[in-house]
Amino acid sequence: MASTTEAVDRIRPAPVPGPARPGRPESHGRSAALFLAPFVVLYVLFIIGPALYGLVMSFFDTSMVKPGLRSFAGFDNYAEALGSSDFWHSLWHTIWFTILTTPPLVVLALVFAILAERVPRGRWFFRLAFFLPYVLPSAVVALIWLFLYTPALGLAGKIVTSVGLTEPNWLGDQNWAMVSLAITTVWWTLGFNFVLYLAGLQEIPRELYEASAIDGAGPWQQIRRVTIPLLGRTTALVVVLQIIASLKVFDQMYIMTDGGPNFSTRSVLQYIYDVGFTSYRTGYAAAASTLFFLVVLAISAVWLMLTRRQSLGWAAKAGGEG
Amino acid sequence: MTAHGPHRSTDSAPHLTRRGLLRAAFAGAGFAALAGCSTPVGAGLANTRLDPGTVDYWNLFGGGDGVRMQQMEDGYRKAHPDTKLQAVTLSWGDPYYTKLSLATVGGKPPNVAVSHLTRMKTLVQAGLLQELHPDDLARHGMTPDKFNQRAWQASLVDGKIYAIPIDTHPFVLFYNTDVCEKAGLLDSNGQLVPIVGEEAFADALTKVKQVTGAYGATHGINADSASCWRLFQTFYSQLEGEVLAENGTEIVLDDAKAKRVLDYLRSLTVEKGLIPVSDYQGAIALFADGKAGFHLNGEWEITTFQTAKMPFSMTLVPNVFGGPHAVQADSHTLVLPVLPGQDRAQLDLSLGFVKSMLDQSDVWAAGGHVPAWQPYASSDAYRQLNPQHSYAAAADTAVYDPPGWYSGSGSVFETIMGSAVGGVESGQFSPDVAIAQIRSKLSVLAKTAPPV
Repeated sequence: MASTTEAVDRIRPAPVPGPARPGRPESHGRSAALFLAPFVVLYVLFIIGPALYGLVMSFFDTSMVKPGLRSFAGFDNYAEALGSSDFWHSLWHTIWFTILTTPPLVVLALVFAILAERVPRGRWFFRLAFFLPYVLPSAVVALIWLFLYTPALGLAGKIVTSVGLTEPNWLGDQNWAMVSLAITTVWWTLGFNFVLYLAGLQEIPRELYEASAIDGAGPWQQIRRVTIPLLGRTTALVVVLQIIASLKVFDQMYIMTDGGPNFSTRSVLQYIYDVGFTSYRTGYAAAASTLFFLVVLAISAVWLMLTRRQSLGWAAKAGGEG
Repeated sequence: MTAHGPHRSTDSAPHLTRRGLLRAAFAGAGFAALAGCSTPVGAGLANTRLDPGTVDYWNLFGGGDGVRMQQMEDGYRKAHPDTKLQAVTLSWGDPYYTKLSLATVGGKPPNVAVSHLTRMKTLVQAGLLQELHPDDLARHGMTPDKFNQRAWQASLVDGKIYAIPIDTHPFVLFYNTDVCEKAGLLDSNGQLVPIVGEEAFADALTKVKQVTGAYGATHGINADSASCWRLFQTFYSQLEGEVLAENGTEIVLDDAKAKRVLDYLRSLTVEKGLIPVSDYQGAIALFADGKAGFHLNGEWEITTFQTAKMPFSMTLVPNVFGGPHAVQADSHTLVLPVLPGQDRAQLDLSLGFVKSMLDQSDVWAAGGHVPAWQPYASSDAYRQLNPQHSYAAAADTAVYDPPGWYSGSGSVFETIMGSAVGGVESGQFSPDVAIAQIRSKLSVLAKTAPPV
């Protein structure tokens, strides 16, 4: 949930590219530091500190149930992780999940936000309806969908068979389990992106729509030429937050399939959890975490670099047309 | 549609304001605080223990076992009205042992916990369990001679006591008495005539298949590595084969014996179609529906078939390979996790609870488990408990999973072994491929320095 407030804070100034802000007076620095202190202290204590400790631990044969770091392992843990097919498989499962969930979560959120914004009446209902699932805890979502996916009895199967298709074994088939989990996740977390897009939509100056209507633009042209370009910054933010959220996947699989069948939905975080907490090998788990951290860092960096350039381009283009 | 665009923002649309956000944040914090008020969380935050007069007990029993365990907990409460018993049921397998380990490392373990015998040794090596001293146990009437010796000896670690076995739960053969009678497999008393040998077992399944018109036997194959491992281990042990030695650091798999067992299983499933490739629940359903005359599973499913009101009985898994009779099994034990600052009164409270569980062995045995507590196991009441008593001998020929930090009930080891066996039984790969896969996966674990 930390990301929610962060995202909202970041989105407000974003869509209107203004002139560079004048430098702040020096005296603001101290009070800013004072205001930041409670957060910074906790952040260092609970995020930075443990992360650094984890990095150190990854070079040792640390065990969860034995005191201290135990013997120095050098790069052995890293070599083992890089040579482990289980690690690579689970990493691929996480990436496959990200590929399956990110496009629908971005596109559908945008579509629903635009639709909900255009509903003349009862707008609050649609906003609530799309956002509500996001408020549910993962365990509740998992139980609801386990129910829906029950073979032969569940609603999901009934819907599929009613249109004349054969029902897949949603969570029991190696080829279907990940898709089923992706569907669940889209339903669950769509609301967050939806809200970001709603906020973005409200920041678009209304004059642009009036002007474009006078120029003879239809609704579809308005969406294509005004709405989507001006949401460029929001889209960049939504995509990067979504990729990170999808890469962090753990709960749904852990509860709904426990990584099965035959490990086909074990995410890399569950692999780290398994080796670290179940098999007590925290040193090795720390090395696997560090490798995963590097992957996330690389993906985020590449995406941010790509979109920063692109969104500046969008903004300039939209500004020119407006 | 177009007309709506420009007018909207000025009138109705609610903006996200800073004040609104703060209000929402406070409301959220309020809920979190409310949720934090319940006692265990409060105790956790204040870093205090629960009321000293409380027995905190963790177990992993669901289904019929769970119902019986609650009955036994109620029995304890009734006998000890002054003691507060706080029982927690967690989901079976790795999640349970992970939570138990973390709670103990964190200094907040339960007073008493259930552990499978085969998982208990790793917990001992990790230094998570209290050693139980014979005189403390004797004070509560628990002396070694009162337990099933196979289970008792198996639960000792370097000759020291860390766990009190309450049962042995072997893999058994369920049979449909109607079907087997029609197939001519019962004696004059209505009991299954003992089946010995590879041919005889296959013949029996063939005869049953002719009666049911579907299958001879069922057991969980799909997505059920545990059942596959249990069946393999049963037969493989009848050939006196072993998989691990030296606490899991050495792989001593006998390829020839393993291949013989796998070939045989493959012939029953793939070649002769006597055993269908179904999952755990499917295997149970087929047997309960009379589509198969035999069902191979742990004895704990007795409740399921009693509830189904079907004509069935149970017996030892046949000695197919003719060696000394052997059957895969495990035991539930009660353990006391290391508890900093535990005084003698608390220890006695915990041991008293353990004794109370043993005293209610009759309730537990009704659920299929072979009782380890001899005062009940050798009683007439148990001898007359049918069909539970008919496989009691399995407790004496029980083969436990080999020791090793990655072995034991529901462990990585069982998953690796069972996945390979399941692959052969469902015809996905040959016994040779399965053996190669077992060797390569296990050798990674055998080479890894034990984390305990």
